[in-house]
Amino acid sequence: MERKRKKTGGSGSFLHWLPFYLMGLPGIIYLFINNYLPLAGLQIAFKNFNYGKGMWKSSWAGFKNFKFLFKTNDALIMIRNTLCYNVVWILLGMVVGVTAAILINEVLSKTAKKFYQTIILLPYLMSMVVIAYLAYAYLSPTSGLFTKIIENITGTAPAFYQESKWWPFILTFINQWRGIGFGMILYLSSILGIDPAYYEAARLDGASKWQQHKLITIPLLKPTIIMLFILNLGQIFRSDFGLFYQVPMNQGKLFSVTQTIDTYVYRALLQLNDVGMSSAASFIQSVVGFLFIVTANKIVSKLDENSALF
Amino acid sequence: MKTKSQKRWSLVANIVLSVSSFLALMPFLLLIIASFTDEEVAMTDGYTYFPAKWSLAAYDYIVGQAAMIGRAYGMTIITTLIGTSAGIVITALFAYMLAQRKLPGRKLLNFYVVFTMLFNGGLVPTYIMYVGTFHVKNTIWGLIIPNMLINGFMIMLVRNYFENSIPEELYEAARIDGASEYYNFFHIALPLSVPILATVGLMTGIAYWNDWQNGLYYLDDKGKHLYTIQNILNNINTNIAFLASNATAGVNLADLPTTTVRMAIAVVGILPILIIYPFFQKYFAKGLTMGAVKG
Repeated sequence: MERKRKKTGGSGSFLHWLPFYLMGLPGIIYLFINNYLPLAGLQIAFKNFNYGKGMWKSSWAGFKNFKFLFKTNDALIMIRNTLCYNVVWILLGMVVGVTAAILINEVLSKTAKKFYQTIILLPYLMSMVVIAYLAYAYLSPTSGLFTKIIENITGTAPAFYQESKWWPFILTFINQWRGIGFGMILYLSSILGIDPAYYEAARLDGASKWQQHKLITIPLLKPTIIMLFILNLGQIFRSDFGLFYQVPMNQGKLFSVTQTIDTYVYRALLQLNDVGMSSAASFIQSVVGFLFIVTANKIVSKLDENSALF
Repeated sequence: MKTKSQKRWSLVANIVLSVSSFLALMPFLLLIIASFTDEEVAMTDGYTYFPAKWSLAAYDYIVGQAAMIGRAYGMTIITTLIGTSAGIVITALFAYMLAQRKLPGRKLLNFYVVFTMLFNGGLVPTYIMYVGTFHVKNTIWGLIIPNMLINGFMIMLVRNYFENSIPEELYEAARIDGASEYYNFFHIALPLSVPILATVGLMTGIAYWNDWQNGLYYLDDKGKHLYTIQNILNNINTNIAFLASNATAGVNLADLPTTTVRMAIAVVGILPILIIYPFFQKYFAKGLTMGAVKG
């Protein structure tokens, strides 16, 4: 505090800015280690990786890892699952989120509003491990609630964790169950930004509530909806590792409908010790995912500069 | 005056949202009831909302295994505290630097952050680097550092707050009085940005409390002593025998009330969150909306 600003410490000098750079230094170093250094490791996808030799000394493999990867069924399955679940969930989440937001905005009691919001958002707070336990309480082969109920009705207990046919629905339900509160508050914050004068005018003209939402709320939400839609599309090559790994309990029989790029990369790397295939899949995800995000952002910045990442 | 149509919509909304709230809560209720169910009953009748016989056996077991569970709790608390406080400090300092409009190289530094939000090397290079170069496997740093400490979104969020909500004149006035930049940061910027830092802290804290992925990647059999509650849950999930092999006394897996104990451990894991959640719900909701649509 004693230090007076010296004449030489004008806004152009390095000394003047030095304190700021020092403040930013820990963050710069962290991002460098966590986000930039691993980029050098992308070359592993093109190498015959050997833990003993390390990344730099392992020999080059060309596109061998990719060729092997695409010779298996796994590549097709995991890309299909990643894309299909994402598309369905983005669309579904949009409809559910907008509907929930419009509805909660219609609740007259403030206390009730707060109560609903608190409760419906609760699942979003839980880790996927906990959610896997919740699902297990219903689906467990020996004591699941649904297993027992179906057994009592039909006489045979369904083996949820052995039969893949259930899982597209189970995963979709859990995804929506967990995400509805998030979608709701997201769209609600946009709805609250709409000028009440619009509704006032519509009411005076005799518009019904239904018409008000159709002609005012939805059209005015459109920019937000489109923005979130595109931003979500940018993430379409990524999947919620926890949901696909934890909730189906890592059961091999379910892989045809539960394997995504993220679960494959993990399993190949740490369970099968196949660094080659794993890094090839990981590489594709990084690069294609990057293209998706950049394209999505280009579109978003054209529509509304403030909503774009860059 | 509320019109008839408003009341009718409110009624419909109340009904739909009541059902949704009910659906949101029911699984938690089943989890809690399952943990208080008698083991025999849970085996024959399965988990139900109305068990024929209640029991505290699962919690007895947990109390008996206080060493394992307590240690895991401690790990969860330690990683959450260290990770969150370090994360907030680093994020705030970084954001403060980026918020200096005339900082030479500001554009480049901004891009340095944004790029991390667009592209990452993925699990394989990250894992191999952290394990091979930094040797975080089976250390507490493996739980705290990889991918969790700070992230671009939070930095941008705090930067925007510094830029838009704190008038530059405040700093200028302090500078004229001879204040250093560090003084400005600690005595002007920080106190005025408590709301945003609380939000960032809350989101980071929840992320640490809930994290099991770093444990999955960076802890193996030799790192069991570092398990957090989430790691224990994750391990029991795929391998119920974990309970027996890690029990303090020589416990036989067949003697374990595994059907209910797994549920009881899950309850113990989420209890703190369930208790404090209603109080910070508002900030949590705010943090989520800010993270998704900027500003």
